[in-house]
Amino acid sequence: MRATNKPLRALLAAFAVMALALFAVACGDDDSDGATETTDAGASGQIESNPDNSGTSLTIGSKNFTEQIVLGEIFAQALEAAGYDVKTDLNLGSEQIALRSLKSGDVDGYPEYTSTALTSFFDLPAEEVPSDAQEAADQASSEFEGDDVVVFEPTPFVSANAVGLTRETAEELDVETISDLEGVSQDLTLFGSPECRQRVDCLVGLEENYGLEFAEFNPVDIGLRYEVLDKGQADLSILFTTDAQLAGEDSDYVILEDDQEVFPAGNVIFLASGQSVEEAGPDYQDTIELVQSGLTEEVMQELNARVDLDKEDPADVADDYLVETGYIQG
Amino acid sequence: MIEISLLATLGIFGEAIDFIFSQQEAVTGGVQVGGIAQVLELTWTHFWLSVLALLVSVLIAVPVAAYLGHRGTGEFLAVAIGNAGRAIPELALIALLVAYVGVGTVNLLIVLVILGVPPILTNTFVGIRQVDRATVQAARGVGLTEGEIMRRVELPLAVPTIMSGVRTSMINIVATATIAPLAAVLTLGDFILSRNVYGDAGVLAGAILVALLALAFEGTLALIQRLLTPKGLRLADDS
Repeated sequence: MRATNKPLRALLAAFAVMALALFAVACGDDDSDGATETTDAGASGQIESNPDNSGTSLTIGSKNFTEQIVLGEIFAQALEAAGYDVKTDLNLGSEQIALRSLKSGDVDGYPEYTSTALTSFFDLPAEEVPSDAQEAADQASSEFEGDDVVVFEPTPFVSANAVGLTRETAEELDVETISDLEGVSQDLTLFGSPECRQRVDCLVGLEENYGLEFAEFNPVDIGLRYEVLDKGQADLSILFTTDAQLAGEDSDYVILEDDQEVFPAGNVIFLASGQSVEEAGPDYQDTIELVQSGLTEEVMQELNARVDLDKEDPADVADDYLVETGYIQG
Repeated sequence: MIEISLLATLGIFGEAIDFIFSQQEAVTGGVQVGGIAQVLELTWTHFWLSVLALLVSVLIAVPVAAYLGHRGTGEFLAVAIGNAGRAIPELALIALLVAYVGVGTVNLLIVLVILGVPPILTNTFVGIRQVDRATVQAARGVGLTEGEIMRRVELPLAVPTIMSGVRTSMINIVATATIAPLAAVLTLGDFILSRNVYGDAGVLAGAILVALLALAFEGTLALIQRLLTPKGLRLADDS
């Protein structure tokens, strides 16, 4: 009996050790999540630490890609400077998961795109999304009314999908707008996310509104949108206007002007739960709208570039932005 | 409360089944999606991609493991590869392979074969090792060559163990082929990945279809296993 039990006990011990290790790792993660840049309370930058806010805790979320994580960090650090107790959860996955987290109270707010909110949450056809940022934000705001979600003001920068290609190919084909592709597109291969294929604000719109035909459309993981261009597999690829790779005049890639407006432009609107807005007071909304006012397309590209290309930590990039703009003191 | 959620669950199942059989407008509007034609097209791609990956996996894993098992060496190799292979993240592998083979069928085949080989490798090795040594000695005694012993004695006797590896591998491959639309091959995974277009009904329809395809594979492989198993072994199993 004793002899047969021994290996079993050893196995159980091994499992226990593994479980502990996992637990430790999980805890470690939590700790680092909460550890946003510590700024001196009462810093004399533009954001004043309000003693009324201490003790009010806010959890800021974001979806799980660079631009969102940078925005989440900027908002979280700014709110901390304003005196709030801030936690972050910057890895919420898709917009459906993010919205669910917001409604369940796991997060108190997160940045969303006007176009995504209207098309994905309220099934608005893409061509009906208002091109004016304020109008789109107002429409989202009224749609959200019954859900106890408060929509803050939109950011200056616009993020949209776009048809992109290498500068070399663009010069070779002599194209600047999507309309210029007429006559050459039948020899070109387009890559985009799997869902692009069936969307009117993507491939379907390119075919119908512009009357273009492509040699082939290939679905690909959005994380590979530049790799397929580099590798020469794709002539054209669906990119984002705020992509790091597009930053600067001498970027290796260019995007084609969407002269028929197939791709809806989305400004970022911060979505906050009604409850958190009530509990946190006016500084919550004021702080976020203050720090996002400097976020133009160029600035956002630059911030994304520092994370994606220079491999800097999003928290450091956000901190630098807030310091350089004078919102917080370095 | 329970009744309401049960009805809701049936409701989405109903929508999913409707999605499989009849076309409907995409959630994002403008195009017709779903319906039997698209379902068949995606199922067909999912099918041949899986079959191809499974065949290549078997052709690689069985000879290697049979040889190692016969020699009685390389246990560490067979088992370590078997275990490590399951831990490889497929999406990262796809991205890594883009630099060498681009995206497309070749990329996916490599990924699926890397996923498919380990269970077959381990099971074949173990199956061959489990063949009664006395039987092998007897075969050698009546004058069979080493190659004949492997082909006519060890492999047939190891069929049940090998096939259980093949079946595990098949489930892994069919399930993982759902990520193929991220590398330019449209399988049933498209319904699952493009939720924004197909809606929840499409996602569930995709999951149902992948499960049905896996069941069909499972049935076929069980049949093949029965045909390959030596009569004597089959009788022993049935008794």
